[in-house]
Parts: sequence; C-alpha cells; structure tokens
Amino acid sequence: MSILETLAGALASGAVRVVDLTHTLDPDFPVIVLPPEFGQCARFRMEEVSAYDHRGPAWKWHNISMSEHTGTHFDAPCHWISGRDIPNGAVDEIPVDMFTGPVVVIDCSEGAGRDEDYELTPEVIEAWEARHGRIPAGAWVLMRTDWSKRSGGAYLNMREDGPHSPGPTPEGIRLLVEGRNIRGFGTETVGTDAGQGMHYTPPYPAHYTLHGAGKYGLQCLCNLDQLPPTGAFLLAAPLKIKNGTGSPLRVLALVEGAA
Amino acid sequence: MTTPLAPPPKKNPQKRTVSPTSPPEMRSRASLGLSAAAAEGRFMLQVCGDCRTVQYPPRDACCNCLSVDLPWRDVAPDGELLAETTVRTSTNLYFRERAPWRTGSVRLDAGPTIICHVHGDVAPRSRVVLTNRLDRSGQGVLLALPETRTPNMEDDPQLRAMTSDPKFRRVLITDARNPNAPALALALAEAGASMIFVGLSETWRPDPNIAALEAVPGVEILPLDVTDTASVNELAGEIGGKTDILINNARFIRPGGVLERGDTGFARDEIEVNYLGLMRLAQAFGPGMCSRTADGVNAAVAWVNILSAHALMNSVDYGCFNASNAAALSLSQALRAEFRASGLRLMNVFVGPTEDDWHQPLPPPKVLPDAIARDVVKGLRDGLEDVYCGDVAKDLIERFRAGPKILEREMTGGGA
Repeated sequence: MSILETLAGALASGAVRVVDLTHTLDPDFPVIVLPPEFGQCARFRMEEVSAYDHRGPAWKWHNISMSEHTGTHFDAPCHWISGRDIPNGAVDEIPVDMFTGPVVVIDCSEGAGRDEDYELTPEVIEAWEARHGRIPAGAWVLMRTDWSKRSGGAYLNMREDGPHSPGPTPEGIRLLVEGRNIRGFGTETVGTDAGQGMHYTPPYPAHYTLHGAGKYGLQCLCNLDQLPPTGAFLLAAPLKIKNGTGSPLRVLALVEGAA
Repeated sequence: MTTPLAPPPKKNPQKRTVSPTSPPEMRSRASLGLSAAAAEGRFMLQVCGDCRTVQYPPRDACCNCLSVDLPWRDVAPDGELLAETTVRTSTNLYFRERAPWRTGSVRLDAGPTIICHVHGDVAPRSRVVLTNRLDRSGQGVLLALPETRTPNMEDDPQLRAMTSDPKFRRVLITDARNPNAPALALALAEAGASMIFVGLSETWRPDPNIAALEAVPGVEILPLDVTDTASVNELAGEIGGKTDILINNARFIRPGGVLERGDTGFARDEIEVNYLGLMRLAQAFGPGMCSRTADGVNAAVAWVNILSAHALMNSVDYGCFNASNAAALSLSQALRAEFRASGLRLMNVFVGPTEDDWHQPLPPPKVLPDAIARDVVKGLRDGLEDVYCGDVAKDLIERFRAGPKILEREMTGGGA
C-alpha cells in the first residue's frame, strides 16, 4: 500500500483522527482592539443575499466580510514591518508545502491558569524539550494555554492598561525561531504575542521575530488540549489572497490513536 | 384637573391589537406651513408682508389686502376661548375611536379667530395659550391649553394623542457605549418611562458606561450591534413588540475629510453604523412599531435619531462623518414617509459638536450629554419632528435657512 492509501485507511478506521483547531466565524467573536485612532480589525459580518425567497427562489447565500486577521487566522511574514521585505511573504506567494507539517504542543495551561500574563520563556521551552525531545526544525509550535475556553470579556481580558493574556518573551520566541528554526508559532489567544506584548523590547516580539525570519503565525486556535505534545500533523492553508497579510482559515490536525 | 394616567395593565393576549387610524391628512400647500412650524414646536401663522394682518386659516392671498406676500412668522399664541363643545361621535374613524373630543373657537390677541382642539382643563371663556402640534397624520393642528399649568395636564387624552410622551412607555436606546447613553436613560426614567432597554455591542469589550446605566431604575442592558443584521433582528424578535420609543444614538465618528484620510476604512465604519445601522434598525423594529401605534396607553409612538447638525451642511474637519449623517438624514425622510400611515413619529435631533473624546480638540460651545437628554425628552413631550440641540445646531439651521450656498461657503472656508 502506498503512504496515502495507508493514511486513508487509518483515517477510515479511526487510527488517525482529524481534530478541528478552529473557532466558528461568529460576528460576536473578539478581535484585537487597537487604540481607537488607529485603523481597526473588521469583525466578521454576514448579510443574507437570498434565502429561497423573492431575492432568489431556490437558493440561500450570504455575503460575508471580515479582516484578514479575524477569527482563527494565519499571519504571513508581510503582516509585520520586520517581514515586509521577505520574499514570498504574502499568503498567495507562500509555497503550499509550508501549510502542512509536524506540530509540537507546549502545554502552558497550568501556568496560564495561575497567571494571566504567563510568559513562554527559554526555560519553559527547554524544560519541555527535556521531557519530549528537541523541537525539530520546520515544526509548527503551538502554545497551549486553554485560553480558548474563555469567553466574553475574559477572552481579551481588557483592562485600563490594555489586554492581559499569555505569550512568549522575546528570548522565548528567539529560541524557537533562531535556535530551533521552527516553521511557525500558534496560540489560543487573539494574537501570537502576549496581551501586554507591546511592553517588551522589541514590542510584540512574536510578530517581530517570527515574521522577520519569514515564519508564520496562527492565532485564536482551540482544541489544543486534544493534541499530543509531539507526533501530530498540522494542515493550515490560508485563502489565496493577492498580497494578503493573513487569512481566516480552517486549521486541522491529524492525530494518531483513539480519542 | 386632568385625571392622571394610570399605568397600563398587562395586555390581554387574547385581544386583537387595535389597528392604527389617522385623522384627516389632506392640506393645501399653504397649510403645510403650519405642519412645518409644528415639527419644531413653533406657533407660527402667516403675516401679511404689506398690511401686517395675521392670517388664519393659511391662504394664498391676504384676507385684508389680497397681497400674496404671506411669510410665516412666530406669533404670540395668547387668546381667549370664545365657544366650546364636545364632539361625542364622528363619521371619521380616528375621532370616533377617541370621542369625546373637545373643540372650540379661540380669538387670538393677534387678530384671527381660530377653530381648534381644546384641552380638558380649559375653562369656558378663559384665557388660553394656543400650541401648534403635529397630529397622528403628521399635520400641524392647533390645541388650546390653559394659560397656566394644571396638574397632570400632559395626561389629557387629546394632548397625549399628539405627543410622544415617554410616561409609562418602554424605550430602547440603541448604543450603551455612546457617552450620552447614561444621561438619556436617566432623563427617560425621570420622565416616567416604564422600561429602558439599552443595547450593548461587543459584550467582550469593557464599557465604561455600564455602572452608570445599571444605576438607572428600569434599565435593562441587552446585546445589540447595529452593524450586525443578525443581532438587530434577534433583539427585535425579543423586544420589538414592546418597544414604544426607539432612540438611535449609535454613532461612529472619526475626524477627517476625504484627502486627509486617504482611505475608506473609517468611512465604511461610519456608513455601517450611522447609515446602515439606522436602516437595519428600521427594517427590524419599524414594522412592529408601526403596527402598535394604537395599542393603548403604551402604544408605539416615536422613533428618534440623534444626528450631527452637520448632516445639514458639511464641515470639513469631520467631513466623512458628516457625509454619513447626511445620508442618515436623507434616509430618515424616506422612513418618516413610510411611518406616516401608522402615525409613528420620526424625530431627528440635530446636535452640534458633543463633549466627548472625538471633539476634544474643538473649542466650546460643545453639547453635554445632559443637554441632549433634556432636548430628546422635551421633543418627545412636544411631539416634534425636528429638534436643534445646542447653540451650534441652532445657529446652523438659522444660517441654513437664510442661504444654504452662503453657509456652504462659510463652512468650507472663506467666511468670517
């Protein structure tokens, strides 16, 4: 049997499961909120065009609108100023084999449960590697925080001094990008950076470092608690938007073994 | 004195809701001047430009000298009730449903004798003040009030039929995030509104107004985002059948003209909130409100839009925002026509620069939330269609009437 035939058989038998890491595109799902004088991220909106009625008797359809960075979404290198000169830095230019790959999950849920400003530091990464082995080059690294289980105001966790949510320190993300040469980094929060990420040097270190090195970001992921620390396989293909800086997408993971 | 209005009992769900009927609507073109004055709550009559004779009823030539120069002027509304009677039945459906109905003749000190509606507290042969009110056809009619206030006089059935008084009514304020929301809610509570629903968008974001709103008796905060059709439809499904007054205070504002901005990003938000938001609300709440305009003490009665006064004439510092408000103003005129048959009144409150973050660099005078709230309640009590709130708005409409092109030149630079 070929590799793909084996995979198809495993999917049919349940030996390999497909896990959906995507939130529903919902008008009321939080998006990043910037100071109000800046341009803002468009919320997801859906307008009915017809619904088997006088506007179109046999069919129902909607017009939808949103930002490239609404809901569960992909960040391309050209999203950030550090990645603006990266070749093939827009979603339509990225080689498609980049959209699939091995994925490791660093479980920070216990720490993030204790500390809403929990930091992913080199020490945390190295402690994870001591148990699960070195993060392979070209892997997607997902930071599990169980933040996706929050809803309403607790998700952005916005306060007078801005949002509070976990994320990597500048040293943490540099270790992943420069030390491990990962493919991309994904989170359950609204961005790849911590809620207070603007106060690091550089500000927003995950965006700055990942995209400056031509790496990718995934955010607003969910169901990371259904993934093993290593051994899963990620499918994350953004829409092919000309010069797009990112895209909402359906993120799937292939996982071996019973649920 | 007027018998005070009793809080309405809960509606009998087995009874059919009364369909709206209208008082006679036809008028001559000359008579529409009365309606235009009533829309602002002004008592105006034609005064001959040649011989100064005050005219009534409105006409095309002076009843004294046949001059056709008959401009509308504010006239002293004082007079004396000469004769009065109470109509106990009528061939007109609207009045038959509302009989008994008091009418009489008033001799104005300014000259003419006028047949008019008469408030229940006016004593025979007493001094009266005439008011010009819009009836449920949206036409100006004259109503004689007692010269001095009487207890509960707003509850007089004939007066209440012409106004949009919030007393015992249920109000929806569409945007809890607007800085004017707490003041509006409080003013309506003080005016006797029985329930005050306040729409809150994006409940996942903090709203600094929440504590102040929750402190107002009768306030219920409900999810509503005027940019989201599904959200508007859902709330209309829940409370559309008991929304008697809708106050659309939703507003998206950013400074900047066309070239200064250089993109359509904020303009799209302005259109989504200020124009399409009004349309979504109207499509979701309008039909239900129109069907409930004869539904007893707490019948649906008014739709209020809070607009920028610069909807009338643009000013470039907020040029794109003003354009979205001009679109909303135009839409409100279409909506008013569509509401007309039901008697649901549409009131636009034109507001000058407001005291908020987005007008912070502007010099005073700026309109405070309390002033907006006060004018909204007063406008509802007077049954108005057009309210000019604050010095800038009042000045702007005067200058607009004097010469729109001159005003445009002033607002776009080149005027003193």
